[in-house]
Amino acid sequence: MNCDFSGTLLHGYLDGELDAVRAAEFERHLEDCRECTASLGAAESLRATILRAQLYEPAPLALRKKIRSEIKGAAEAAHGPKVNVWRWIAVAASLLLVTGAAWYALQRNSATATSATTVTSAEMLDAHIRSLQAGHLTDVASTDQHTVKPWFDGKLDFIPPVKDYLDEGFPLIGGRLDVLGERNVAALVYGRRKHFINVFVWPTKEEDTPIHPPGSRQGYQWVHWRHKGMEFCAVSDVNAQDLHDLAQLIVQSMDGR
Amino acid sequence: MNSESLGKGWDVLDSQERARFEQLVLPHLDAAFNLSRWLLRSRADSEDVAQEAMLRAFRFFRGFNGGDARAWLLQIVRNTCYTWLEKNRQVELMTEFDEDLHQQSNATPETLAIAGDNRERLTRALETLPVRFREVIILRELEGCSYKEIAAITSVPIGTVMSALARARQRLQRALTQPAQQEASHEL
Repeated sequence: MNCDFSGTLLHGYLDGELDAVRAAEFERHLEDCRECTASLGAAESLRATILRAQLYEPAPLALRKKIRSEIKGAAEAAHGPKVNVWRWIAVAASLLLVTGAAWYALQRNSATATSATTVTSAEMLDAHIRSLQAGHLTDVASTDQHTVKPWFDGKLDFIPPVKDYLDEGFPLIGGRLDVLGERNVAALVYGRRKHFINVFVWPTKEEDTPIHPPGSRQGYQWVHWRHKGMEFCAVSDVNAQDLHDLAQLIVQSMDGR
Repeated sequence: MNSESLGKGWDVLDSQERARFEQLVLPHLDAAFNLSRWLLRSRADSEDVAQEAMLRAFRFFRGFNGGDARAWLLQIVRNTCYTWLEKNRQVELMTEFDEDLHQQSNATPETLAIAGDNRERLTRALETLPVRFREVIILRELEGCSYKEIAAITSVPIGTVMSALARARQRLQRALTQPAQQEASHEL
């Protein structure tokens, strides 16, 4: 293979990727170069061979169906059916204002706010919604609290209380690391019928606070409480009573009840 | 104040966005499957990988800035395939790409025509190529991609595409004709 053109330029010519000037140059070259003429013939023949062999393998129908339904599922898990996005954005914006102000007030009133973690509701909703997208829900998927709890070991600078409440109707689904208020938090995932509840947990130096009357807006609600040096936020699209029940279960088991 | 993090939260939430994804990206599922089938050399594995790639594309759809949806998707498919190969068949990725190719191919249109009539033989020949050669052949000859698209999908400069294709075709010609010549010499 002595001709420089047969190595590369020939293929650009074959693929119609040369500009007019270079294509014309190459055609002039072809008149004199037997090697290129032969190579071009072979390359054209190879292309015809590939075409004839019909190697293209289209996706199986079952795969197409599966992907369609997964995409539908992922989208619906993330926003629930029939959601008006603009309404959501308006709602979230107003939430931001309200809770932002609330947090600001909290921080100001707190004398020991030195290392307090500030979490906005928008951030929390974000984390919840993000977790519902395909493959994001859990880092460790297990209904066994003795698997989930040790999994956090070494990944966090605190140990979140992990317990399965299957008998009470809140099966543990798994755990995940998440980031809220610029710190790593534990996210415990519980099921409630066909819905998911994210319980975010991180340590706090603040006094215990009772389970807050739920923040509740058109679909998503959350409750917030502090107990024994841990701060909790449970978020879901399940009803407020369910969230409150789960929160109470967590508090009770921390008290050893 | 938190408009950015709020924006992230709405990823994939919009039903209009989903419709747009289904309209722009989903039609290229065949291309996605075909590419992964040839990169992985396995239909079963490529069903999983094509599915994973498609869901990744769905998740990252906000990052798609318009333009060539097929190339955008195939880039994700290719990355997903390489990740899979790294995990499951690392040896294949280590196959030398810049192998000395000055060896003359004896292919003539005639020997190629004979050899290539056999679909199985062509499949086998393609599958013996290192994956980086295989992918340019698939993208160019089966998918009909332009050099510009191939460059985008495989993340190489456009100037490299032509030489990669040249070498890939020479390799394929050799793979196709060598067994045929061996067989012919056996018959003699």
